[in-house]
Amino acid sequence: MKKTSRRDFIKISALGAGGLAMANPIMNWVPGFLPKEHKPIDESKAKRFPTFCEVCFWKCAGFTYLNEDGKIQKIIGNDKDPHSNGRFCPRGTGGVGMYYDNDRLKQPLKRVVENGKSTFKPISWDEALDYIADKMKGIAKAHGPESMALLYHASSGSYFKHLMKAYGSKNIAKPSYAQCLGPREAGFVATYGAGVSSPEPTDVKNTKCLVLIGNHVGENMHNGYVQEVSDAIDRGASIITVDPRFSTIASKSKFWLPIKPATDMALLLSWIHVLIYEGLFDEKYVKQYTFGFDELKVHVKNFTPEWAYTKTDIKPEQIRNSAYEMAKASPAVIVHPGRHTTWYGDDTQRTRAIAILNALLGSYGKKGGWYFAEKKKVPHYPSPAYPHPHWTWKDITRPTYKSAGTGISNDLIKASLPNDKSEHKIKGWLVVGTNLISTVPDQKITLEAIQNLELMVVVDTMPMEITGYADIVLPECTYLERYDDIRSSQNRFPNIALRMPAAEPRWESKPGWWMARELALRLGLEDYFKWKNVEEQLDWKFKQMGTSLKEMQKIGVKTFEKDKDMYLAEGEEYYFNTDTGKIELYSLDLEAKGYDPMPKYTEHKQPEEGFYRLIYGRAPMHTFGRTANNPNLTDLMDENKLWVNPKVAKLLYLEPDQEVWLKNQDGVISKFPIKVRITERIRYDSVYMVHGFGKDNTKLKRSYGKGASDSDLITNVKIDPIMGGTGMRENFVEILMDNPHKEEARS
Amino acid sequence: MRYAMAMDTKKCVGCSDCVVACQTENNVPHGFCRDWIVENVDGVYPNLELEIRSERCNHCDNTPCVRTCPTGASHVIEGGIVKVTHAECIGCGACIQACPYDARYFHPDGYVDKCTFCDHRVAKGQDTACVSVCPTKCLYFGDLEDENSPVSKVLKNRKWKVNAPEAGTKPQLYFLI
Repeated sequence: MKKTSRRDFIKISALGAGGLAMANPIMNWVPGFLPKEHKPIDESKAKRFPTFCEVCFWKCAGFTYLNEDGKIQKIIGNDKDPHSNGRFCPRGTGGVGMYYDNDRLKQPLKRVVENGKSTFKPISWDEALDYIADKMKGIAKAHGPESMALLYHASSGSYFKHLMKAYGSKNIAKPSYAQCLGPREAGFVATYGAGVSSPEPTDVKNTKCLVLIGNHVGENMHNGYVQEVSDAIDRGASIITVDPRFSTIASKSKFWLPIKPATDMALLLSWIHVLIYEGLFDEKYVKQYTFGFDELKVHVKNFTPEWAYTKTDIKPEQIRNSAYEMAKASPAVIVHPGRHTTWYGDDTQRTRAIAILNALLGSYGKKGGWYFAEKKKVPHYPSPAYPHPHWTWKDITRPTYKSAGTGISNDLIKASLPNDKSEHKIKGWLVVGTNLISTVPDQKITLEAIQNLELMVVVDTMPMEITGYADIVLPECTYLERYDDIRSSQNRFPNIALRMPAAEPRWESKPGWWMARELALRLGLEDYFKWKNVEEQLDWKFKQMGTSLKEMQKIGVKTFEKDKDMYLAEGEEYYFNTDTGKIELYSLDLEAKGYDPMPKYTEHKQPEEGFYRLIYGRAPMHTFGRTANNPNLTDLMDENKLWVNPKVAKLLYLEPDQEVWLKNQDGVISKFPIKVRITERIRYDSVYMVHGFGKDNTKLKRSYGKGASDSDLITNVKIDPIMGGTGMRENFVEILMDNPHKEEARS
Repeated sequence: MRYAMAMDTKKCVGCSDCVVACQTENNVPHGFCRDWIVENVDGVYPNLELEIRSERCNHCDNTPCVRTCPTGASHVIEGGIVKVTHAECIGCGACIQACPYDARYFHPDGYVDKCTFCDHRVAKGQDTACVSVCPTKCLYFGDLEDENSPVSKVLKNRKWKVNAPEAGTKPQLYFLI
């Protein structure tokens, strides 16, 4: 049965749960739609519970408020929290919609074949967990526990990670590494011996000059960062933005450099050239803290602004003037590392160039540049040592991508293909809170891998596309209905936060910690989950950290004193965790691994006639596809649009809001039409759309078929040879005015 | 006492948090809003300007909405806040026509609704929901007659403009430019 009929996509369909929802008026209630009377919340009669947000990875701490009817009405930031400073972003404020969304997953589902067709059958929790445990035992016996992989993103991943390690597998990966911030981590590790991590320890609050390479802060609502940028604008700090699109932050910048896409490296190298050859770098800092300056000087000799102009379309004087602006602010200057850095495949090297620029400007470890962040270690609840796996993701990935810092999602997916060269094969996936269909590019590989799995379990709150391919779907309750592991985050001061439920889980959904523990009990791993309930486990951990669950339930966030200084003192001895103990402008580690020790300029492909580079980004009111169905946030934006320059619109006779389809260089066509937004804000050689739309599951009622999915069109993937990340910005699209799907149907 | 609001177009990123926060605070039904974001793009690539504004009722000094209301549902309370008594509103829509800012909407429950400057919060000394949540802190609220209020201070130090001054409504929502 497995091989033949399985894993054609099942749209989680009417399973009786819809009827249940109709019968219960509470389930039809959405905030802002009280049937009786619309009135503002009365805080004196409200109850509040601490939480931290799960709408994005920034994880701002706040309080969930229940109104006098005992219903969740609003979520407000905790002013003691350095991620939010008491102010949530629109997504966090609209997080209530995650709870009230009636399209949520409601009960465990099992894939069955009825009349030759795959369908989902609602089953009990016991049945679902027994089935998974049996399968996992079978996989461990037949192939070894290592062949189970965990692909995750949500907070509850913490409990599933513990489960997987106890079971005997360290094949764990988050798409947020190889599909997002991995290159910058590898680039900074190669330079400073430490990654950037999150939230980025950029001292925006005190900076005089902020340099953004494609970073669209303000459209990405990384809350604390947005707040500090806004304060920096108030203080008159200058902002330099490099972007082919006139982003929101570009409009607030002293310098907007409208770069030709894919040529950022040329600009960075010429900035390095200007700083060195015009003697604008921080000589004392470079001498004391860096290694390889002489080699770098020779290396960038020919990368003049005049040379860079021929690549980037940015005029030499603009390159010089922006470099002077940075030098003037040094050391209170930040060349921001960005976050989503998987662009063209040479991304680790591009981030290296950024890291080098910061070193030349003497900003790392300096006020207004980069501070030394600190994080509190969360103690492990006592449990036996994990079994030692015979092989891990490192055996799959590291022979090729030698600087991979964590598991590489796309590599674990590849290792699930039957014809993959690796001797280490993945046979089962546990997918927790990540919609691999739209996070990992080149969907056909993911889909082929799925066909060959012996077990695929998906844990999610929503019927995301990935759920349609699962053997078992486990409905997780939302963050407003559950405890999770402690948020311990790096910041100016180490701090921890508690998430606790403000309401009972709706329908039959359950917290992730409960699922992980129940599976462990069934797998004979009870020694690893000795606590009876999560409160007991959290209280024990909090007590080790000098507080308690009871105290945290009141305050939500606790901040601790710092052990280390925030900045380097003048001339302070400092040992960087690199081979030389210095900031490596010339990377010995990369050289030893066979990579370029200094970043080089690589010419990337430009669009052919009739094609436009597909650029994607974010809107402040959405977190990728995760919020695309949120009733509060679809109210603000319920579809993405295709940004097209007026010149292109004229050429193609496009009208505003006209529906078009996109066809990429590999002939892949967008499933749904997208409306055109004609705007000067995008270059003539590119089109732009917000990521996360064009959802392809009819059960996502608000978002199904709204706009187009950039992920569907990203089939040309440029793998970073250093860390295995997936460069996604070398995809080009044609704009089709006639519905291509209609034609297909006719022919 | 004269309540007013200022919003800094230089800092606003148009995230719409003010809109969601208003909706959850005031129980505004889905599909409707009491405040909203406006974006204006000027120029030709690459010489461009973008202005983003968070807009809402201007709580005008000279209120065409109150003047046209046949039942007295639209009225002005202390501090110049323009409000609608839902029970007295017959939903005739005269005020919607009269408002040059399009700040009012028909509530599905059959009356006209609009921004209240969160008078239920302001009475307790809190900021309005939109001001209290704004991540860029681009919104300022307070009493214009108190020179130390955030709104008075920022209006003294910055250049500003108002929307549709030609309508003669003396709007009290100031845009810092």
